[in-house]
Amino acid sequence: MIVRIATEGQYRLADDGLRARLNELDNAAVAAVEAGDEAGFHEYFAQMLELVRREGAPLGDDELTESAVILPPSDTSFAEAAAEFTGDGLIPD
Amino acid sequence: MAGLSGRMSTVIKAKVSKMLDRAEDPAETLEYSYQKQIELLQNVKKGIADVVTSKKRLQLQSEKLEQQVVKLDTQARQALAAGNEELARAALERKQLCQNELQSLDPQIAELERQQQALTDNEAKLRSKIDAFRTKKEVIKAQYSAAEAQVKISEAATGVGEEMADVGLAMQRAVDKTENMRARAQAVEELEQAGTFDDITQLGSGQDDIDRQLAQLTTASSVDDELAKLKTEVGGGSAPPAIAPPPGAAPASGPTEGETA
Repeated sequence: MIVRIATEGQYRLADDGLRARLNELDNAAVAAVEAGDEAGFHEYFAQMLELVRREGAPLGDDELTESAVILPPSDTSFAEAAAEFTGDGLIPD
Repeated sequence: MAGLSGRMSTVIKAKVSKMLDRAEDPAETLEYSYQKQIELLQNVKKGIADVVTSKKRLQLQSEKLEQQVVKLDTQARQALAAGNEELARAALERKQLCQNELQSLDPQIAELERQQQALTDNEAKLRSKIDAFRTKKEVIKAQYSAAEAQVKISEAATGVGEEMADVGLAMQRAVDKTENMRARAQAVEELEQAGTFDDITQLGSGQDDIDRQLAQLTTASSVDDELAKLKTEVGGGSAPPAIAPPPGAAPASGPTEGETA
């Protein structure tokens, strides 16, 4: 599975179990955002990034592959994450 | 995958298909996306130049403020030595404001430094991807049948398209952050030029109020000196001998040395 951390780069993750773990964390991060729990959001989001960086191998610069999952930029603020679920999202067209 | 990553994937993929759907014919897709890549690379370079310009501007402001801190400190000492405690206090208050402003500039400069580095890394990565795409483009043209080429082209274009969309996002974030800082730097600069910022942050170059008051003080004390001297000459020496200047000593220097600064 190829995972991209936006504005940072792509990683190749071997284990499909990682996808489930990532999904759990993602849902927890979203729940935290919806509950207005800023600390919780940062905690879960940091764990997602950490998981990808720790378990993934960076993709070579000459590989042109689409990502299965794209995580928001690591400096995503709580306000930006909240905006993801309302209005125009992170990148308005 | 729903959630943050799902939304992010949707956003990026929408951008990629927008970037690529203009060309119908495979060969055209290749050339079109290659052109877009080169364009984006130019934009990234321009973005880096903008960040560097903003950083230099903030560094310049920081240097000015540092000079101002030294100057105000000197002025405070001068004022105190002249017995004007109120003026010394005013100078020290201004010095404090300058130091506060300096403290807010430092993290901004560090942030711009980080932006610059991140964009430079992004540019290098995009350049590699573009090189890879160019190689692939030629291979596809030379080796594949039309049907196969279509698939390969679409894969390569999507892969490089995602990279382009991502670099575009990094650029946008860097520019947004830089613009905030630039707006602030510009506001401070304009106030400085208008000279209307005197009581908030002392950024004024040249002669400001404290300079003028100190000049007046210097003038006043040299007038006093001269008057005292004149008194001893004319009136037969009412001044105590310990304070009287030795014979032949240079008269008090010009009253307004600072005014030409």
